[in-house]
Formats: sequence, C-alpha cells, structure tokens
Amino acid sequence: MASDARPKLAVHKFSSCDGCQLALLSLEDELLSLVGEVEVAYFLEASSATAAGPYDVVLVEGSITTPHDAERIKAVRKDAKYLITIGACATAGGIQALRNWADVEEFARFVYPTPAFIHTLKESTPISSHVAVDFELSGCPINKVQLLEVITSLLQGRAPHLPPHAVCMECKRRGTVCVTVAQGIPCLGPLTLAGCGAICPAYNRGCYGCFGPMENPNPDSLTNHLQRAGASPGELVRLLRGFTGYAEAFRSASEKLEKTAP
Amino acid sequence: MTTSPTGPSALPLRTVKVENLSRVEGEGGLYARVENGVVREVKLDIFEPPRFFEAFLRGRHFQEVPDITARICGICPVAYQMSSVHALEAAMGVTITPEIRALRRLLYCGEWIESHALHIYLLQAPDFLGYDSAIAMAADHPKEVEQGLRLKKIGNDLLELLGGRATHPVSVCVGGFYKAPRRAELLKLKPDLEWGLEASLATVKLVAGLKFPDFAPDYEFVSVSHPDEYPMNERRIVSSAGVDIEPAEFERVSLEEHVEHSTALHSKRADTGRSYFVGPLARINLNLEKLFPRAKEAAKTCGIRWPSRNPFQGIVARAVELVHAYEEAITLVDAYQQPALSRVEIKVRAGEGCAATEAPRGVLYHRYRVNNQGLVEFARIVPPTAQNYRRMEDDLRLYLPGILDRSEPEIARACEDLIRNYDPCISCSTHFLKLKLDRE
Repeated sequence: MASDARPKLAVHKFSSCDGCQLALLSLEDELLSLVGEVEVAYFLEASSATAAGPYDVVLVEGSITTPHDAERIKAVRKDAKYLITIGACATAGGIQALRNWADVEEFARFVYPTPAFIHTLKESTPISSHVAVDFELSGCPINKVQLLEVITSLLQGRAPHLPPHAVCMECKRRGTVCVTVAQGIPCLGPLTLAGCGAICPAYNRGCYGCFGPMENPNPDSLTNHLQRAGASPGELVRLLRGFTGYAEAFRSASEKLEKTAP
Repeated sequence: MTTSPTGPSALPLRTVKVENLSRVEGEGGLYARVENGVVREVKLDIFEPPRFFEAFLRGRHFQEVPDITARICGICPVAYQMSSVHALEAAMGVTITPEIRALRRLLYCGEWIESHALHIYLLQAPDFLGYDSAIAMAADHPKEVEQGLRLKKIGNDLLELLGGRATHPVSVCVGGFYKAPRRAELLKLKPDLEWGLEASLATVKLVAGLKFPDFAPDYEFVSVSHPDEYPMNERRIVSSAGVDIEPAEFERVSLEEHVEHSTALHSKRADTGRSYFVGPLARINLNLEKLFPRAKEAAKTCGIRWPSRNPFQGIVARAVELVHAYEEAITLVDAYQQPALSRVEIKVRAGEGCAATEAPRGVLYHRYRVNNQGLVEFARIVPPTAQNYRRMEDDLRLYLPGILDRSEPEIARACEDLIRNYDPCISCSTHFLKLKLDRE
C-alpha cells in the first residue's frame, strides 16, 4: 500500500499465542472501514507487504522471554509514536511467566531433548519492564471491542473509555448471581479488571483473572474469605497464578499465601 | 542465476533465505542451500520463543488444563481444549454422555469454520490471486472478502454462544461443559448457518477453479479415524501407508526430534524415519466417504480428483471441510435438546491417558498422568504443525529445483506459498517470507 496521510499501524509479536492480534482480524464488521482510517504498515499475520517505520500506533503482543526479544523491543519502541500493549502476555508476562517461580533450565530439560539448543531468559516479563508503554490493554485474550475503542480514541485524540471497576460490577449488570456467595466457588472477580463481560460467572464458574488486577484491589480480604469458605492455600495460589499471575497484586498475594501456609 | 568458481570445479551455489514467514500464525523463517541445481540443505527456522507448557502444567489441577492449553494457540484454542479433556477423561476413566459429545462436536465445528474461513480468504487466497494481503485484495474483490469475513464471523458467533467468547472460550471442562446453551439460543443462529452452508459451497467452486502448480509428492497422509463419522473428536489414528492404531500407540509410531534451528520439535515416523502429512488434505483423502452429503457431493463434483497429492489443493480440502462443518453444525443444532446435566461427575483417581483429535490443522495428540489428588504429574503435547515441519522441509527440497530459473523475489514467494498450504501455526505457527539469495 502506498504511503498516504493515514496514521501508520504496526503489530509486533513476542512470546504469545497470537490470540490478541487475531482480535484485529476478528473485527469482521469493522475491519474494512478500519483499514480506510489507518494504514496497516506492518502486520505479518495479515500481510506480506511491510512499510518501514516510524509508525504512529504500534500494537505489541507477547511477553519478553529471550535475550533477542529484549533487544528487539527497544527497536520497536524507537519506531513507535504510541506503543500499546495488547493482552495478558504483553501487559503482565502471560501464562509463560509461571517459569518465574521455577527453574527454567529444568523446564527446558523437561520439554526439549537437547536443552542446549534453547536460548531463553529465566523470567517472562511484561513489555513495561523493558521500555516505556503508552497504554496497556488487558485480557487473555483482549476484548476486540475494547481494542477498537483504543484505536478509535487515538485517532480522535481523546482518552479511551474503558471500565476501571471489578468484574463483580459486570456480573451485577448482567444479572448473574454471585457464584462465590451462592455456590462457594472461588472467584477472582472482586480483584479483576472488568472488560470480558463477566463471562465465567455467567457460564457457572469462577473468574480466573485473565484481565489482571484492577486498580487498588484488596486480595487479602478475598483470600481470607475464600479460605474461611474452605479453599486451601494451594488452590488459591494456583488460582492467582494464572494468565496474569505475575501482575504485582496477584503476584504478591500468591507469594504471601505460599509463605503463610506452604 | 549467476555462478562463479568456488573451488577446483565451478559450483553454482545459491542460498535461499526467508527471514520472516508472513500470513502464518507465529514466527519462523526459511533457509535453503542449492549447489549445481541440487538442494543440499533446507531448514525451517522456528524462532518462536519457547513457553514450556508441558513443564508448567505439572502440579496444576486437571480441571485447569483445558484453560491453560487453550493458550497454546489463539486460532485453535478449542482443539487444545478438546484433546486435553479427552485425554484427561481417559486418564481418570470418565465416560461422557452422547449429548455432551454432540455439543463438543458443535463447538469444534465453530472453530473449524472460523479457522478455515480465516485461512482460505484472509491468509491464502491472496497467494493465488497475486496480492500481499486480503486487505489489498478487498479493493478489487470486495464481495469475496466480505463473504469470507462473514463466513468467519458465523464461526465466531457459534463459539461465543457455546463458550462465552471466540478466543479462549470458558465453558469447556473435563466431564463436559460448565454450562450448556438453551435450544432457543442455538436456533437463533440457524439462518446464519444456512447462509454459511450456501456460501461455503460457493467457496468450494471458487477455490477449485484456481490454478494449482503441478506438484504431487509421495505423501504419507495421517488423520484421526472413526468408523461412522468424519474425524474430529475421536479416535483411532490411521495413515495412507496402512497405520491403524489406538492413540496410546502414537508415540511408538511417531517420533519427535529436536533440531538446532527450531524451538519446535519435529515429528517423523519412528520406524522409517520418513515425514508425514496431517491436515485437511490428509483428512479428506482418508475419510472422503464420511463427509456429510452436500460436502461429499461438492468434493466429488468440484473437479479435483481425490485422493489428491497436490498440497496446493489443500485450500479446496479446507473449503470442502467448511461445507462439512456448516452442514454438521446445522444437523447438530436441529437435533439439540438442552441436557439435564451439562457435565458428568468426576471421581478423581490416579491414572494416565491420551487422546488425539483433529485440530483445524491436523492431528493434535495429548497425554497426561494425574495423581490421586487430581494434580498433573506429566504432560506431552504434539501439535499438528510440529508433525508437518519435516514434511514442509521435504516439500521445499522437492519444489526448489523446479523454480530456480525464477527471480529471487519469485522464488521466495513460491516457497512461502508452498509453506502456507500447511496453514502452519507456529505459536503452536501467518504471511511473509523475506528472501535472501547469496550468489557465489
């Protein structure tokens, strides 16, 4: 596509499942009008044509897990006017951050016959641990409507409207009866940022925190309550160490539980 | 091609290098070295960072496994959920009900629809029509691109209804579903599914009329096989070379190998050391007669002769399966009654079990061992793309000599097109190969 006046969009992938950048292609009704407003300049999953930077908006998926990627993200930042992380991996380290509490060399020996071929870092870390990030979009996966809102708000030069409250609020709006209160099911809803539509409780199960912690959550209050209701510390550590387990609020809560009751 | 003397005898040496594959899922590149028209070395460089799923699954509760393995792939999470729940049910001796089984097939149909429509229209059609992307293609072929997007969207709608969301659905559990939909909710999708069936039949006509390069290697095709059904959830594994085994024998027949240029393991036949082929083309070749009626008719009248050994005709196989998935989804919706119990009760016990299901890209094998607390002690996952890597390299080895008279960008493009036939899912593996040709 020839260069033009439209803002240039780039998408970069690090350690991830591709599910968050897929959200762009899953905007089936909006995709063709969106590409009228922005020039898709670098998006390998969708296009073989690439245009050189700098880019106006760079979406970054995935966490940093290799020495090579720790360097690559710096170059990506240099070429980006606005750098937006999309998803739990880029924003919190992802499920692969479970290595951060383990011995990654043992992991490599377990999975690969020749671990010497594998070059990896001891930790999986979010993009913000390496470069300045302009906006973080949560979710495992992100909500495509929220992604569209973030891109639209940038094009319009305003702040994106995204809910700051807990998943609990979305349950109330949906009319979902609280699964913890009514059924004793452990649920991270009171700590977790809204945005998914509170789908897990609506499907009769507890929230597993894939949008990460909201601002100023109170994990102690929740873990105390769930332990009184019969959950074991081990079970709660596993619940907190999911797709956003390395986000500070969840991380400190699971480490505290581990210390108090090994 | 230019040549120059490099030793006592002149060796025309060419190196083909593609830094980043595009319109594939995940990150990989390609390297080949050709001497005197003979391909000396071919490597698919898979540099997707390792995430160690099998290692960190250890110590997790069995019921967390389908949520975690879904994250191996954002395009085919349901496949990972299905292989893991079947394998864990085998490990703990759980028997599900026919209603749950049917609902799982319906969910799988949703994923096949979403994934196949994505690959046919957004990832691969640009290769045949000479565009860099579906976005560029949309300027000249808006009707086709819009049709592809709608076909894909209906798959996503089905996944959202059954699973809460299309990517990483939340309803699947060992034993069944956390919640089953109401019949009325499913029936609302029927008009869209019926449109999708007609549009997917039109898709078969469209792609069967494409021009395919003349290329037909001697493949061994491998797929899941069921006596009365087109393979999806169960259960034996068969091949065009006569393999017919229970999933428990899979690791004896297929061997995973670690090569230095790849963070993915590469599979081959343990006995012969030969590569094999999994995916839609393998499934159709081995299971043509089990397709639903309209899909079978479309396959037999579209002008392609089955079995087909031309990997470029994989796009037709994928379109025929798109018809099948829509047709089967309609049948399942028509027959659906909301089950009294959406999941069966599980008595936790120590055990080991495995299963193979058909991900959109081919056979996906999982094996787990759980302890008497229901915690995972061991996990092994063999994704379809890992099984195809060696086959892709073999294809490149056979394909390259015939295209060496072309320009550098043309060779790169042709190699990339060949790889995209496999719909590789590199994170478990989209659209761009950068070619570097060193001439000496």
